[in-house]
Amino acid sequence: MTRLASRCCHAVLVLAATASVALAGAQQAAPKPPANDDCLACHSDPSAARADGRTVALKPESFAESIHGMGGLACVDCHADLAKAAEFPHAGKLAPAQCVTCHDKAVAAYDTGVHAEARRAGGNLSAAMCADCHGSHDIKPSSEPASRTHHSRLLETCGRCHGNDEIIKRGKIAIGNVVDLFRDSIHGKALIKSGLSVAPTCSDCHGSHDIRRKTDPASRVFRKTIPDTCSTCHEGIGRQYWVSVHGAQVAKGSPLAPVCSSCHTAHDIRRSDVEGWKLEVITECGTCHEQSLNTYRDTFHGQVTALGFARVASCADCHGSHNVFPKADARSTVSDVNRVATCKKCHDGATPSFARYDPHGDPENRSRDPLLFYTSQFMKMLLLGVFSFFGIHTALWLGRGMQLQTAERLRRRKDKGSTEDGE
Amino acid sequence: MTGQMPTHADVVPHTHYRRFDRADRLLHGCLMFSFLGLAFTGLPLLFSHEVWAASLARFFGGFQSAGTIHRFCAVVMMTVFVIHLSRISQRLFRQKDLSVLWGPGSMVPQPRDFFELVAHVRWFVGLGPQPKFDHFTYWEKFDYWAVFWGMGIIGGSGLVLWFPEVFAHLLPGWMFNIAMLIHGEEALLAVGFIFTIHFFNGHLRPEKFPMDSVIFTGRITLTEMEEERPDEYERLVRMGRIDEYASAAAPPWVYRVGRTAGGLAVAFGLVMVALILFAVLK
Repeated sequence: MTRLASRCCHAVLVLAATASVALAGAQQAAPKPPANDDCLACHSDPSAARADGRTVALKPESFAESIHGMGGLACVDCHADLAKAAEFPHAGKLAPAQCVTCHDKAVAAYDTGVHAEARRAGGNLSAAMCADCHGSHDIKPSSEPASRTHHSRLLETCGRCHGNDEIIKRGKIAIGNVVDLFRDSIHGKALIKSGLSVAPTCSDCHGSHDIRRKTDPASRVFRKTIPDTCSTCHEGIGRQYWVSVHGAQVAKGSPLAPVCSSCHTAHDIRRSDVEGWKLEVITECGTCHEQSLNTYRDTFHGQVTALGFARVASCADCHGSHNVFPKADARSTVSDVNRVATCKKCHDGATPSFARYDPHGDPENRSRDPLLFYTSQFMKMLLLGVFSFFGIHTALWLGRGMQLQTAERLRRRKDKGSTEDGE
Repeated sequence: MTGQMPTHADVVPHTHYRRFDRADRLLHGCLMFSFLGLAFTGLPLLFSHEVWAASLARFFGGFQSAGTIHRFCAVVMMTVFVIHLSRISQRLFRQKDLSVLWGPGSMVPQPRDFFELVAHVRWFVGLGPQPKFDHFTYWEKFDYWAVFWGMGIIGGSGLVLWFPEVFAHLLPGWMFNIAMLIHGEEALLAVGFIFTIHFFNGHLRPEKFPMDSVIFTGRITLTEMEEERPDEYERLVRMGRIDEYASAAAPPWVYRVGRTAGGLAVAFGLVMVALILFAVLK
């Protein structure tokens, strides 16, 4: 029974559900279904065991405190095949409990999800079913803190598989140990460390029963849907984003324009004012804006951030983050009307003349800035000229100097030799 | 003077002659110190993508603290430059000493420098005798003017980059791009030149190896005078002024300090060159 209680607890649930529907009819039918006390006659006895020695005992009080127990469900409501059983003790193998009998909507949603798909298509029997997340005899409503599916405990529940490297490997879960990533993220810290009720847990982004793959257009984490999912909480940012150049592109169906997770990642989201993140996100912008990243790296701003210090301007400091617009758009932070104000964020005394500095100046690009280009060419020639001339000069001098020294040494040795001969 | 006496007494010949006065030596010391400081705090930016650059920046306490050291050294160097200019002006305008402008005591390039360069190169390849140099050789003048020009270019662009908001009143913003470019490229030229060519000409060439301490002691030996600057020696003897320059050997502690400071500077410089070459050739 322990086995039934824990491992095949879904079976219990299914039976409970089936039975509850059949409740009215069951009373007239013969034989009379066993009452809960009848079941507990055996199943509360710690010494009662199966043929193979495993106990069949369960804790009557945990069922009594569960939502099904409180609701007055009978054992045979879920274990429906026992409602008609004539002989007790009953056979060891029972039909699985059918949750769908009562929870048809939840099960229908579950059937569209990735867990059901894994069981169906891949035959992966480790993929979660009802009882894996909800438990069996001790199911509590998710609004109760003691529930496995309560906001504060869901991470632990999902983590039984998604934080377990063994299961991840066996189930070939591509994303890997997301619980480890999530735990250190800003959401994870808010949830675990600060205990915030508003901090998101797994189901807030992925849903609960209908968890779908991110490639599924109906998924909450489908690329194009991600901004809306994040906007559930980050409402103001969502509004900024959808009108920005990136949001507009995504709305048009661009497969390249970034959504929230492109810059922030999915599970490993960090505070945007953390030095490490500020530096790494520069490279993130550079995945698409390669040329801009290269020219940025040639400027003081880019050099300092490359050295690992985030105090100077990086992409978002000038271009904005969620509200990026093309330079020609007056709403852009780097547009002609806004640029001075943007420079002033760091450079108090910035003027229109000051703002004519090119933060992406490219000495190799003649049309962008001819003077910079020719200055660069001149400097290159100067360096090449000086080092070539003095390189040759030095090499010749070195050769001559060494030759003279060798000759000198030889002469001295010879002198010494002839003096000795003379004696 | 006919090719004998090749012995290279480094420290203890009987007679010495004054070459640099105390102020020159002190100024050169400050120049060395500030140059190394500028190079080591500035180059990490130019090679910011290198691992060693980040370590170096962290060693100096982060980019802000490295920047402070850089600016401190810049002030020292600019002060050296201003003092040098005022000393020259003093000689020129107060003492009406026109030898600053022309002749053997002047740094101004003159026709004989060109002929000496040609003769020297001919001597390198065995096509002629070693030229007879006077007080300043052509490569010393080049070193001097390279630093002089560098001071103007790097110092000027450095000031622009230090006070961009002030200079924006005088210059359009895109001049910062130019200032940034030439500050970096010229710095690379200066560092590369000083740490290889100047070190070789001054210290590392076989005749001087491992080091010429004249810039620290201010004196050269009679042998050096006769061998390396025969024209100056003969000129001073001819004019009867050689005794004005006669001097005793510098005290041993001066040699020790000079060797230590110079040795360290050369070592640090060569390390920097190695790091640059590593980055450039990679």
